[in-house]
Amino acid sequence: MSADWPILSATIWLPIIGGLLVLMSGDKAPGVTRWAALWIAILTFLVSIPLYTGFDNSTAQMQFVENVPWIPMFEINYHLGVDGISMPLILLTTFITVLVIIAGWEVIQYKPSQYMAAFLIMEGVMVGVFSALDAMLFYVFWEAMLIPMFVIIGIWGGPRRVYATIKFFLYTFLGSVFMLVALIYMYFKSGSMGILAFHELRLDLTEQILIFIAFLLAFAVKVPMWPVHTWLPDAHVEAPTGGSVILAAIMLKIGGYGFLRFSLPITPDASQTLDWLIIGMSLIAVVYIGFVALVQQDMKKLIAYSSIAHMGFVTLGFFIVFMIFARTDVDSGAILGVQGGMVQMVSHGFISAAMFLCVGVLYDRLHSREISDYGGVVNVMPWFAAFMVFFAMANAGLPGTSGFVGEFMVILASYRADFWFAVLAATTLIVGAAYTLWMVKRVVFGEVTSEGVASLQDINAREALVLTSLAIAVLALGLWPAPLIEVMDASIGNLVQHIGVSKL
Amino acid sequence: MQYDLISLQPVMPEIFMLGAACLVLVVDLFLSPRTRMWTYGLTLITLVASIAITAWAAGPERQVLFDGSYVRDPVSDVLKIALLTINVFVMVYARDYLVQRGIYRGEFYTLALFATLGMMIMASAGNFLTVYLGLELLALSMYALVAFDRDSVKGSEAAMKYFVLGALASGLLLYGMSMLYGATGTLNLSAMSEVIAAGEAEETVLVFGLVFVVIGIAFKFGAVPFHMWVPDVYDGAPTAVTLFLGSAPKIAAFALAIRLLADGAGGLSVHWSDMLIILAVASLAIGNVVAIAQTNIKRMLAYSTISHVGFIFLGFVAADSRGYGAALFYTVVYALTAAGGFGLLTVISRKGFDAETLDDLKGLNDRSPWLAGMMLLILFSMAGVPPTVGFFAKLFVLDAVVQVDLVWLAVVAVFFSIIGAYYYLRAIKMMYFDKPTDEYPIVASVDSRLAISINGVAVLLLGIFPAGLLQVCRSAFGG
Repeated sequence: MSADWPILSATIWLPIIGGLLVLMSGDKAPGVTRWAALWIAILTFLVSIPLYTGFDNSTAQMQFVENVPWIPMFEINYHLGVDGISMPLILLTTFITVLVIIAGWEVIQYKPSQYMAAFLIMEGVMVGVFSALDAMLFYVFWEAMLIPMFVIIGIWGGPRRVYATIKFFLYTFLGSVFMLVALIYMYFKSGSMGILAFHELRLDLTEQILIFIAFLLAFAVKVPMWPVHTWLPDAHVEAPTGGSVILAAIMLKIGGYGFLRFSLPITPDASQTLDWLIIGMSLIAVVYIGFVALVQQDMKKLIAYSSIAHMGFVTLGFFIVFMIFARTDVDSGAILGVQGGMVQMVSHGFISAAMFLCVGVLYDRLHSREISDYGGVVNVMPWFAAFMVFFAMANAGLPGTSGFVGEFMVILASYRADFWFAVLAATTLIVGAAYTLWMVKRVVFGEVTSEGVASLQDINAREALVLTSLAIAVLALGLWPAPLIEVMDASIGNLVQHIGVSKL
Repeated sequence: MQYDLISLQPVMPEIFMLGAACLVLVVDLFLSPRTRMWTYGLTLITLVASIAITAWAAGPERQVLFDGSYVRDPVSDVLKIALLTINVFVMVYARDYLVQRGIYRGEFYTLALFATLGMMIMASAGNFLTVYLGLELLALSMYALVAFDRDSVKGSEAAMKYFVLGALASGLLLYGMSMLYGATGTLNLSAMSEVIAAGEAEETVLVFGLVFVVIGIAFKFGAVPFHMWVPDVYDGAPTAVTLFLGSAPKIAAFALAIRLLADGAGGLSVHWSDMLIILAVASLAIGNVVAIAQTNIKRMLAYSTISHVGFIFLGFVAADSRGYGAALFYTVVYALTAAGGFGLLTVISRKGFDAETLDDLKGLNDRSPWLAGMMLLILFSMAGVPPTVGFFAKLFVLDAVVQVDLVWLAVVAVFFSIIGAYYYLRAIKMMYFDKPTDEYPIVASVDSRLAISINGVAVLLLGIFPAGLLQVCRSAFGG
């Protein structure tokens, strides 16, 4: 159904134009700049709320559709729309951006206008990625995301930021350009650039496999999947807190979204043929990367590896579908897997954002991320400790928090496919708890270990606001995930049904 | 023969340009260095008026004059307007640079106008002689311009290299043309294509001549393995001249290729298409890889030019109107970004200091955030990152290549453009992530700043709304 007024365009262009205005305003009055950026972010969030309230749960059709010719001679249209898969991710984006702007309030002193502008522009572009229904429009937004992130890490990042940001850019760019060739090839075969048209396009198995690999390169780097995950620890560690939050909370989800929107529906047979590859990579990510996280000394690096492990659950849930089809003819297990992956994406968005913000709180005070520099934080920062322990429990997958819901659904779905997959996936419940809680134990609990820690101030109102919002989100999603699942249900059901039908 | 105004209407742009160039030459003789603004002003007026006259004389039909030696068709209109517009930017950027270096002489403008005239003639060529006439007029003016700074040893060396190699390449081109003339019996390009289509010409001789013609074209573009002059000439010439050399003459080289290969030897496309594939892949590879090793920005941009030429050749490989339209779009966009890139170097240069090494870009975001922002847009456009227009230029070429079932070629092209992205990122890193090594404020006149702003913003706006320019390029080839 079409919108009465263009909500999606507003959600995309409001932050972009607002960001450009913030950029033009320069740094003569940083206080004004920050408030302007905050109001723009809040306004964008409010503008995006009707996407949820006006959403029709019963249909898998695209909603809030806008379709205007853009480059007619290539059938490229400015075609936007959301369904149950993209809508929650858009709301996640607009919500997290508000928190990121608040989080960067005091710590960013060098050219704050450019910092705020970069985040606002990136927000608009990311919403564009989620809502684009035209392949070239999607690709333009997908690549355009890289520019602000490159600048954010490079200007406001840590000591090795240049290495990290160039690695991030080139790695992601490498994956994406092969996706570009695949998209052009499909345009050549179908005569249309619409993603929905690609879903219906018939392709033979060789073509499907090549296109699947092209998409895999792009999305596996973004997610990131083992073994192309090595850019993430560097990027996360070197990025400023706000950059890490956006990277973890949103950008990784774009990779997962890509699998759902492109790989599965466009190349279902290739996905089926190569599902062992993805499942293998996902399980390695869950188990092996979990162990890698265990030995980290840098808190941010630990959370980065934990992100990779959690995203392994997401890709596992998405690709376990075919094995479930093969094993039983009840497809509710397949839906459960994909839903679990989606819920995990949204939940991980909140939890990883919160974890990075917690580390950011500590870093702002002591300028160190080394676990060994901390200890006994609970004695001087009790409120902060409460938040950090809560989010750590959520990260470990404690029932009652959102972290549990997604993981549980994926483990159940894996059990339907193969007992051992479920066992391997379930090891995350142990390993995840291990690395998260051990980090919390070393940092938060025990005796105060140094003078630096002894002088720490507890969180101020601004930081408390951010952490409380996330805590509410995590708890709400953990105790009552039904609103999210209901929204996604029709679209995921449609997707699973679509990929169950061979295109050959 | 009757020559009245109406029958000469198609060729009015060239007539006007010739008259204006001579006028500028004579007027400048009576000016002193303080009043040289008049020359500059007259040049700009000439260029703008030429754009207007070209637009007035433009139309959808093809007009042939002077016994087939002059052709005015939609392709020539688009090419002329594009190169005249780029030259306006170039003249604006060049003035400050020339003044600061004490080489602010009227000959620069005269030579530039004659070079522009040569480019316009190439765009409208109908037979081999006209092509060669325009080519040599452009080349001789450029040789003199490269040597413009008499006191520069590097400049003299660069001019010598350019002259010798250019003369050699022109000789090879003439040899190829003579072979084609011998095989087909005509100098006229459209008559030649008819003879080839009718199958009346000896194919071995045709292909033999074609090889030399392709060599001549490849040299003009700066494609591998005829690229050795590019880094040395770009580096040795004064930055204002490099700016001129690196932008509009690419459009002229495109005109050369279109007239000779598409109009004349279109029937032989199966042969020259394969040759261009080899040249394109080699240019993409060498241009991108060697650029990484450069510390001098002008040399880095020179090697990046070579890689862009590889992409333009890919558009030709498709050998249909879609491919030519994509190659034209790429050439125009590239000329615009090259003008902006080199133009920025002239803007941040000042008396006694040439912005040449990558270190000179350091901390530009601190010194002037706006200029750094414009350069960011230009560099990302060269790298082919959306939402700048450089991405669409690459997209259209890749599409043309995929449409003729050469998907492997598209994969190779994007692979090398990833390698290419690295040195553009490095330059952006210098501007944004490093502290400035040069503490002087940037002195640049209002018109230069305005020009670079328009340049940078155009790169972004064309990237968001590319349909208009693409339509113009496509319809020039009847697509």
